[in-house]
Amino acid sequence: MNSGKGSDTKTLKLKANSIRQDIVRMLVESKSGHPAGSLGMADVLSALYFGVMKHDPKNPQSPDRDRLVLSNAHICPVLYATLSEAGYFPKEKLLSLRKLGSSLQGHPHLGALPGIETSGGPLGQGISQALGMAIVSKRERRTWRVFALLGDGELNEGQVWEAMMLAGKFKLDNLIAIIDRNNIQIDGTTDDVLPLEPLADKCRSFGWHTIEIDGNDAKAVMDACESAKGAKGKPTMVIAKTIPGKGVSFMEKKFGWHGKTPNKEDGEKAISELLEERKKLEGM
Amino acid sequence: MANSNEQTLVKDMLLPTTAKKASRDGFGKAILELGEKDPNVWVLTADVSESTRTHWFAEKFPERFVQCGVAEQNMAGVAAGIASCGKKAFLSAFGAFSPGRNFDQIRVSICYSNLDVKIHASHCGLSVGPDGASHQILEDIAMMRALPNMTVLVPSDVEQAKKATLAAAKLKTPVYIRTSRENSPVFTTLDTPFEIGKANVYRDGSDVAIFACGLQVYESLKAAEELKTNKGIHAAVIDMHSIKPIDTETIIHFAKKCGALVSVEDHQINGGLGSAIAEVLCEKYPAPLVRIGMRDSFGESGNASELYKKYGLDASGIVRGVEEAIRMKK
Repeated sequence: MNSGKGSDTKTLKLKANSIRQDIVRMLVESKSGHPAGSLGMADVLSALYFGVMKHDPKNPQSPDRDRLVLSNAHICPVLYATLSEAGYFPKEKLLSLRKLGSSLQGHPHLGALPGIETSGGPLGQGISQALGMAIVSKRERRTWRVFALLGDGELNEGQVWEAMMLAGKFKLDNLIAIIDRNNIQIDGTTDDVLPLEPLADKCRSFGWHTIEIDGNDAKAVMDACESAKGAKGKPTMVIAKTIPGKGVSFMEKKFGWHGKTPNKEDGEKAISELLEERKKLEGM
Repeated sequence: MANSNEQTLVKDMLLPTTAKKASRDGFGKAILELGEKDPNVWVLTADVSESTRTHWFAEKFPERFVQCGVAEQNMAGVAAGIASCGKKAFLSAFGAFSPGRNFDQIRVSICYSNLDVKIHASHCGLSVGPDGASHQILEDIAMMRALPNMTVLVPSDVEQAKKATLAAAKLKTPVYIRTSRENSPVFTTLDTPFEIGKANVYRDGSDVAIFACGLQVYESLKAAEELKTNKGIHAAVIDMHSIKPIDTETIIHFAKKCGALVSVEDHQINGGLGSAIAEVLCEKYPAPLVRIGMRDSFGESGNASELYKKYGLDASGIVRGVEEAIRMKK
């Protein structure tokens, strides 16, 4: 069981680098999927699985494990890569993403793969399921915490706000939601499609302890999750500002890479950039 | 097969003195009983606890009751989350809003994951009456029946609703249970069977077979008596409480025996019980079938009995349907 007691920053950065390389390899192979959001959230996932959460890749059903629900399920390549990095299943499986007969479905399916807690796809649904898990933990005085990842475009769904109201009502201080605040959605910027600001104020007004952080800083993610423990009687909302496509220069902040996959040549270029970054990290 | 369960029904049940109760009460009693026996039973509602009869459970087991507010989409997801922690979750609201409003959540969060969630919809069909068309869900059976992993139950009175809920609880998979708001005759007894996938034959007959669900089962029994007395027609009456899985064997048995069938439901004729029977007949044993239900229209305000009369869902409408079916016989 990972203790949830943290890792050093260098380790988390190396893990994130490895996760990013796997994301690129998976998407080159699958020829369909969502690279920008997946790359952008690699630091958050690295921090959660290698620094924050209590979980046991050898016993994925361990009753008191912390649970992670990927509400923005389309960025599942980052979750699959992270679970594999943590040892839930062999890395060879990653290359079967989205292929016929694969347990790595285009959007996660509960029961298909160890470490997956919900079936996802339609936006807005994960946060409600996370709430259900947190309510059980709280009412039965269990120790597990629940982490829900949301996209910022996903906040357009009314279901998210229904869930936020209920989490406030039940004072679910064992629930931590992390919004991937990368400002893009399919048809453009979140400001253009359906403005969200003032987002932090909105979350606070729903009764959530709300923190804004740099979501590409794994240490900041760990600190935010630690601060949640002090917010008694309140669920925690972490607004994590991330750079879509982070780590691959030609994908960073480019809307076009939301749902477009890298071809073989793009992939090689991306991997060589990531290997370069890794070399620097190892020399630190 | 097709043994008659007639002797298990209330004696003289067709007399106006027969007691009346709402089928939703049967659901409420069953979850209370389940809650006492099993600490893993949880109940959720969306601001309609008294109307859906979940308030009895809520008073007794507040730690396992979740008041979600008027937010049916979130409620379905919360139920899925609770079930994923090894619990048995019953969510309960008006059919117009659940599954009317949260189909996507039921489909992906619940059915795709094949979780132990039971969806109780009360106030279904025209029986809601004065609230009008917006509240009269007439499409829910079609929606729920189409979902993989889902079982669909439509009990015919309060006793059957209780048994349906207890039977649903024995499964670890999603079940949809449809009940009604209106008080209706209690014509089954503790001895009447309820087995998922097994239709109840309440009256045998050789001229025509009436397959009904919900409150239309009693109307069909009235129609059968009238047909016998006034026209010498012997109609079988079958309670199709289990729409999915459907009792194929009993449908084929009566198709062979009677050569003419009628289906009756407080639901659109498209996609509901009638469609399910038509599918069985077309694939296994083609025979004429008259489907009685809403014919691609919305309802309107009025009391339940007035609406049943206007839209042909009462005994006299069923008699007309039977005559049409008999005319279609080869």
